[in-house]
Amino acid sequence: MTDANNTLDNSQLPDAEQLLHILATKLKSLLKPNTALVGIHSGGVWIMQRLLVLLEDVIQLHQIEHGTLDVSFYRDDYAQRGLKAENRPSQIPFDVENKHIILIDDVFYTGRTTRAAMNELFDYGRPASITLIALINRGGRELPIAPQIVAADLPLNTSQRLQLTQSADGSLALDLTPQHNSARP
Amino acid sequence: MNNPQLDTDGQLRHLLSIEGLPKKILNQILDTAESFVGVAEREVKKVPLLRGKTVCNLFFENSTRTRTTFEIAAKRLSADVISLNVSTSSQSKGETILDTVDNLIAMHADMFVVRHAQSGAAHLIAKHVPPHIHVINAGDGRHSHPTQGLLDVFTIRKYKPELHNLRVAIVGDVLHSRVARSEIHALTTLGVPEVRVIAPKTLLPTQVEKLGVHVFHDMNEGLKDVDVIMMLRLQSERMNGAMLPSSEEYFKTYGLTQERLALAKSDAIVMHPGPMNRGVEIDSTVADGKQSVILPQVTYGIAIRMAVMAILGGGAGATL
Repeated sequence: MTDANNTLDNSQLPDAEQLLHILATKLKSLLKPNTALVGIHSGGVWIMQRLLVLLEDVIQLHQIEHGTLDVSFYRDDYAQRGLKAENRPSQIPFDVENKHIILIDDVFYTGRTTRAAMNELFDYGRPASITLIALINRGGRELPIAPQIVAADLPLNTSQRLQLTQSADGSLALDLTPQHNSARP
Repeated sequence: MNNPQLDTDGQLRHLLSIEGLPKKILNQILDTAESFVGVAEREVKKVPLLRGKTVCNLFFENSTRTRTTFEIAAKRLSADVISLNVSTSSQSKGETILDTVDNLIAMHADMFVVRHAQSGAAHLIAKHVPPHIHVINAGDGRHSHPTQGLLDVFTIRKYKPELHNLRVAIVGDVLHSRVARSEIHALTTLGVPEVRVIAPKTLLPTQVEKLGVHVFHDMNEGLKDVDVIMMLRLQSERMNGAMLPSSEEYFKTYGLTQERLALAKSDAIVMHPGPMNRGVEIDSTVADGKQSVILPQVTYGIAIRMAVMAILGGGAGATL
């Protein structure tokens, strides 16, 4: 479990827009031919949409494709919590076979969402590799999974829930709320 | 009022009829089905939701298409599936329905899909089973066929997303059709403003207007400017005596031909729940024509049945 005893308030959070630019800079060197971006709903998809614009030149140069995953059908808490009322279709409009996949999430926490996303990806085909990138690693992983690239490490207490929000103009912000149920994938 | 389909939190526990289901639940099923459509187009057409669960298809009445699509749906959710054609098994030796069910529960069945010629059979089983077991009505007598109603609405929504602007005509043997009843409930609950039924008086239930539909006996009049035409099968096997002169005569007055189709809007879609009687309720050129969405209905039926089973099978109620 996490070693973090950090309890923060919203004013102490980093600026999501700045983090996005840091992430874009770090990601750039990973973009090569035969790479594809996959955003995990919802936050990961928002981040991907922004990255597609920020890195437009290199994405066009290497003809990098992109898709989205909603991992609802692969979550490990289905038996306890059932299916979420809102789920969206996953859309992977390219052949996953032998692709270098960059998986994009907003907040990395337990690693359970990543496991679900990887399981789903393999049902589309066998990728050459999967790299995980996230805006923030908040600590507290429960599986041997970790992001290779993050814009910031922000160890947080399990009593707090960190969420990415998107405003109507597409700009991103971070939001801290009390966590009602302890573990959340 | 106690609705056996919903649990105390208002979540779906059994699917027995569309009647009595709130719009929110219908939309949840339709939206979830949207996510399952893509699963069938992938390399691996399976998701792990019902892994380790056993789904029991209890068919006291034959229906190859419905049974097959339920079976495929359960398998694509990774469930183990047993299909029992009960009419040829223990029932013929005198076992009661509930005894059959109890035996299957003793074998650790988690979900029952029930088809029966008697109205209310699925309700009876739903009332009988313990809380962790879920029941889906796959057609009971003349009463209800909720997954068919849902897949029809899902198909309509795929082609005509603006449900609030639609004129839908249901044509044919409404009297014997549980499908028509489920369709009418689904369409009106989801806010379709005009649902018409077109049929001879002998094939309409008494007081059908109470369901909120407009009744037409003249097909040419009823088809005018509709967006969706839902044909029903003429269920001759359920008719005793002379309800109709002959199937040729029926085709002349209520068969969907190209000429009649032209009375509807030019982009109207044609639906049929199957099995079709070509040349009785529908002309082959229409059934195979470009306005027909009869085969997509079958494909979407799997996604709808996956959605219903996935919604029922999860959550605390599903853990033994």
